[in-house]
Amino acid sequence: MNMEKTFRLDGKAIPFEDGETVMDAALKAGEYIPHLCHNPDYKPHGSCRICVVDVNGRHQCSCTLPASEDMEVDNSSEAITDKRRTLLQMLFVEGNHICPACEKSGSCQLQAVAYQTGMLSPHFTHFFPKRSIDASHPDIVFYFNRCILCGLCVRVSRDVDKKSVFSLSGRGNRTRIIFNSPSGKAGDTELAITDKAVSVCPTGAILPKHLGYETPVGERLYDRLPISVVGDAAKHHSAKKHFMSDDSDE
Amino acid sequence: MTDINRYVSGLLSSKDDAPDRLLQYLCSIQHQFSHIPEEAVQLLSERLKIPRVEIVSIVYFYSFLHMHHRGDFDILFSDNITDRMLGSLPLLNSMCKKLGVEIGKTRADGRVSIERTSCTGLCDQGPALLVNGLAVSRLDEDRIHKMVGLIEAGTPVVNWPKKFFKIEDNIQRRDKLLDDVIIQGSAIEAFAVKGGDAVLKSIKKSGLRGRGGAGFSAATKWQICRDAPGEEHYVLCNADEGEPGTFKDRILLNSYANVMFEGMTICGGIIGANKGYLYLRGEYLYLRQALEETIQKRRDSGLLGKDILGRKGFDFDIEIHMGAGAYICGEESAMIESMEGKRGIPRDRPPFPVTHGYKGQPTVVNNVETFVAAARIAVFGADWFRSAGTKQSCGTKLLSISGDCARPGIYEYPYGISIRQILEDCGAEDTQAVQVSGAAGFTIPPQEFYRTIAFEDVPTGGSFMIFNRRRDLLEMVQNFNRFFCHESCGFCTPCRIGGILMKDLLNKVIVGHATAYDLNEMKKIGLLMKKTAHCGLGTTAPNPILDTMEKFPGIYSKHLLNRSYEPAFDLDAALETSRHITGRDDEAAHIRYER
Repeated sequence: MNMEKTFRLDGKAIPFEDGETVMDAALKAGEYIPHLCHNPDYKPHGSCRICVVDVNGRHQCSCTLPASEDMEVDNSSEAITDKRRTLLQMLFVEGNHICPACEKSGSCQLQAVAYQTGMLSPHFTHFFPKRSIDASHPDIVFYFNRCILCGLCVRVSRDVDKKSVFSLSGRGNRTRIIFNSPSGKAGDTELAITDKAVSVCPTGAILPKHLGYETPVGERLYDRLPISVVGDAAKHHSAKKHFMSDDSDE
Repeated sequence: MTDINRYVSGLLSSKDDAPDRLLQYLCSIQHQFSHIPEEAVQLLSERLKIPRVEIVSIVYFYSFLHMHHRGDFDILFSDNITDRMLGSLPLLNSMCKKLGVEIGKTRADGRVSIERTSCTGLCDQGPALLVNGLAVSRLDEDRIHKMVGLIEAGTPVVNWPKKFFKIEDNIQRRDKLLDDVIIQGSAIEAFAVKGGDAVLKSIKKSGLRGRGGAGFSAATKWQICRDAPGEEHYVLCNADEGEPGTFKDRILLNSYANVMFEGMTICGGIIGANKGYLYLRGEYLYLRQALEETIQKRRDSGLLGKDILGRKGFDFDIEIHMGAGAYICGEESAMIESMEGKRGIPRDRPPFPVTHGYKGQPTVVNNVETFVAAARIAVFGADWFRSAGTKQSCGTKLLSISGDCARPGIYEYPYGISIRQILEDCGAEDTQAVQVSGAAGFTIPPQEFYRTIAFEDVPTGGSFMIFNRRRDLLEMVQNFNRFFCHESCGFCTPCRIGGILMKDLLNKVIVGHATAYDLNEMKKIGLLMKKTAHCGLGTTAPNPILDTMEKFPGIYSKHLLNRSYEPAFDLDAALETSRHITGRDDEAAHIRYER
């Protein structure tokens, strides 16, 4: 038993196996590190930077950082939380996130992580970008106002569904999601409601059609318990039951 | 069969149809058809088995590729601060007006398009532009006027006056690297005679550190790469000289290409690579043909190819890969992504390219100047190199000097040279600040001119831009900030969004609506970018703002309002519609700012 390798997260010993990331090991040990572009079922890529931790004085992305024994990881000091909060505020002003008008509100990971870090306002000046809605698909609708460019749908469609329905296109603040069809419309792609890629969006950017307010406000995924206890939205949802909170939560 | 089909099919059959050549195909197609036609996307997708969505996303990533038609004459004005200091903006506007073109839009008849682009590396002979990939230097009203005539007459660029395209090396000071020439093939001979271990030892002893800026020991890198397991090993020469104000690699590529290729070849011999690549920035397309010819001549002389210099099994060849207008591809892992035909998003490191690089194989990535130095060291030995420089920074450094001075150009100095001495040599007077190491570098105020160019003091990849006291440094800061916003790959949150927030705040300062609160905001965002961004671009992007706020607080404070807070929008301007409707413009209909 004593052979087990560990690192320290907020002073607590976290066991890990060689090759495991700080994020993987922490989640396995029941410790929550806030994250958005990461989904433990898929390969990490470290773009949202919300999972930033302080490792021996350096800021690192915990979802891509391999764990090692000499690590002293700060995951919850005010200094780290403040950085995460500022990054979240950036994401909020970059898009148009009108929570009261969004069907994902209450089950949204972006919103839940913002609550978890104590974010009370977007703080920065809104960009108010003009972004489109793509409702061309019979079963799925895309609200690009809510896209945080995490690339999860891109990666899962490419690597798991083997369809490459999406790609991140452009550069800098012109980066956006595009579809794999000559028309550029979602309805002209091979995307199906049963695709894994449809259920991994951490925000309300990808939603199933024909469903609305199935779960009343007040009973949604993060309405009673914080995300640090409930965990990721994707793990509780299939695309068809997007707003149903999992019974086992209670 | 359409022209497009014929052209694309020809491209695909001329080399082995590898998906990782995608960017190279796209560059050729853009050049041929002034855009990437839909038909070409479909053909590439079918033949290379790459989803069309990925091809389109690559086109939108690189500045020099376009889904929509560019003009038959596609003009890109270099928009570095040094171009602006030489008067590029009025010339740009004048050309647009004369031709009836809106910036960024192709003229209705398809004849011409005009756009701004990041520094094209002609800072010592600017203002500069690129027309269909060819560089035109020393722009003035007369030259613009003549170009307009040629464009309206539809004269092909090949028939334009040769003097338009004259690019000078402009070497002002030579030292070891530029002076002590070696006979062609002598570095490879040295390698053949002494053996790889001895040459590597010599490079180690010389203390040669990477000239691109990071300063990692070249010999250590080569050694780790040599010892790393892999089916193949690769040598990659970084000629993506994109740091604003840097142009020393252009001179090396133009006049010292043989030595550079020689350096790459001995590197290949030492690490056991059979293949080397030169990643040439898209802005230097006009250098490509001569470089290809040099490579061919070296093959013909037995200095490249199979059994080099008759040594059985010493096989090494070099191929040129073009960039397409993306500063981020100067970052080594982004460069490798680009070489593999993808968007230039920096990889997660570790693992580093030295063990997991091109195609996942051990790869040495070094700057042009590093390979040139390595070849010389192989011939002249470590002591020759060490006799110049400081203990931690051996040898000499090429500086690209531009801005406010009498004699801009290339200066080669031993490391340890003081900034004051450099300013004196190039004829700079009344200097307010020097920007060393480009937009990502350091702003040096006069009280620090005693400092020296060295890894242990002021390190630099080679950019050295001078600003005299008549310049508004905030214009420099704004130029660099826009550059970083334009060049951010958009992958990580802090760089993608932080840069834009800084841009808006900076603008608020410049128009006179900012308060001390806004400066604190900029500082907070800047420090967050430094701490949390994914790569070196994101962590250095706030440097110009953070550095000048600390060392030149006056350039900000003179614009500030004396109050605790001011909203992001202009209250008075917001009333404009109401004033218009009510027909009022009296004092009471305005909110005046107290300075």
